[in-house]
Amino acid sequence: MAIFSVYVVNKAGGLIYQLDHYAPRADTEKTFSFPLDLVLRPHDERVVVAFGQRDGIRVGHAVLAINGAEVNGRFTADGKDVLEFLGNPANYPVSIRFGRHRLSSNEKLMLASMFHSLFAIGSQLSPEVGSSGIEMLETDTFKLHCFQTLTGIKFMVLADPRQTGIDTLLRKIYEIYSDFALKNPFYSLEMPIRCELFDQNLKLALEVAEKAGPFGPGS
Amino acid sequence: MSRSPGRKQENHKISRELFVLTYGALVAQLCKDYEKDEDVNACLDRMGYSIGIRLIDDFLARTAVKKCRSYSETADVIAQIAFKMYLGVTPSVSCSSATRNEFSLILDKNPLVDFVEELPAERASLCYCNILCGVIRGALEMVHLAAEVSFLQDRLKGDAVTEIGITFLRKPEDRKHRRN
Repeated sequence: MAIFSVYVVNKAGGLIYQLDHYAPRADTEKTFSFPLDLVLRPHDERVVVAFGQRDGIRVGHAVLAINGAEVNGRFTADGKDVLEFLGNPANYPVSIRFGRHRLSSNEKLMLASMFHSLFAIGSQLSPEVGSSGIEMLETDTFKLHCFQTLTGIKFMVLADPRQTGIDTLLRKIYEIYSDFALKNPFYSLEMPIRCELFDQNLKLALEVAEKAGPFGPGS
Repeated sequence: MSRSPGRKQENHKISRELFVLTYGALVAQLCKDYEKDEDVNACLDRMGYSIGIRLIDDFLARTAVKKCRSYSETADVIAQIAFKMYLGVTPSVSCSSATRNEFSLILDKNPLVDFVEELPAERASLCYCNILCGVIRGALEMVHLAAEVSFLQDRLKGDAVTEIGITFLRKPEDRKHRRN
C-alpha cells in the first residue's frame, strides 16, 4: 500500500510544498533492431510512443534513455535529434528505455493551480451553501484526497485506492504544518516551505500511515 | 502549555513564570524604546497580529472546530476554547450591540498581569496586554473575519474588570461570497 505524493497549496492557488514519496517506476529497457516497430512522435518536449504497444511499453510512454544515456527532451545526450537518430539504420542495434515521464516542477505548479480552480468551481456548483469543496478524486490507479482548512490552505494526498486512514493523515499533516512551518519565525506565510523539520516529520507521518492500513485479506 | 495526547514527544511544560516574565520584559523594553504610549500599544498590537496569523492554524489543527455560522458562535469559541487552551482562563462573553456584531470578553483572571500592580504614572494610557488584541485580530483575519479588537476596560487602569471588545466589521450577508 502506498502514498504516492503530498501537495500543499496556499490560499492563492500556488504550490508551496510537494513531496514524491513513492513513484511506481515502470521503466522498460529493450534492445531494438532496424526498423523500429514502435511508432514514435514528438509531444511537447518529449518523444512519446504513439502506436505499437508491446511488452510493457505502452502508448504515452516517453523515451527516457538511449543506450544508457538519458535523453534531454527531444535530443540525445550528445545533442542529436532522437527521431533522426532512430531513423538511421547505422545506429542499430540500439537499447532504448521507455517509461512514464516524471512531472517537472513547473508542471506540478500548473497542475496545482488548476486543481485550486477546480476546487473553487466545485464548491460553487454545490447545491448546498457552505460546501467543503472537492474531498476526493477517484480514478482506477489512485485516489486524490483533499482537505481545505478554514484558513484556505489545501493539503492534497495522492494514494493507492485501497489505502485507508487518509483523513487522519491529512489532519496530521495540518498539525505538522502548523508546528514546523508556522512556528518557524523565519518562514513567511504563503511562501514555499523549506523547513527541514517539516520534511522529516511529514515523511515519518507518511510511513506511519502506510504501515497502518488497509486491514484486509492479503494486505 | 502542554501538547495534546497522542503525540510522540514528551510533555514539554514551560513554567508560567517564565512566560509572564518574558512578556513583562518585552513591555518594559518597548517602553524604553518608545516615548509615547500609543506607539507602544501599536507595536504590541502588531506583534500580536503576527502571532495571531500563525496561531490560528495551530488552534484549528488541534481543536478541529467546525466553521462558525454566526458572530456570537465565533465569540463563544474564542472565549471558551481558545482562551482556555492558550491562557488557561475562560472569559465570559456578552453581546453589546443591537446589530449583533459587537461582543465583549470579560476576563476576571489574566495571567499576563499577575505580577503587575498598576501602571506607572507616566504610562497611564498603556494597554499592557494589547498583544492579546493583536492576536485575536490576526487570527480572525485569517479566517476571513475582519474585526476591530481593543481593550474597553482595564483593571490596571483602575476599572472594575478587564474587558476586551471585538467588533466584527463585515456584514453577515457579505460572508457568503467569501467562501473559498
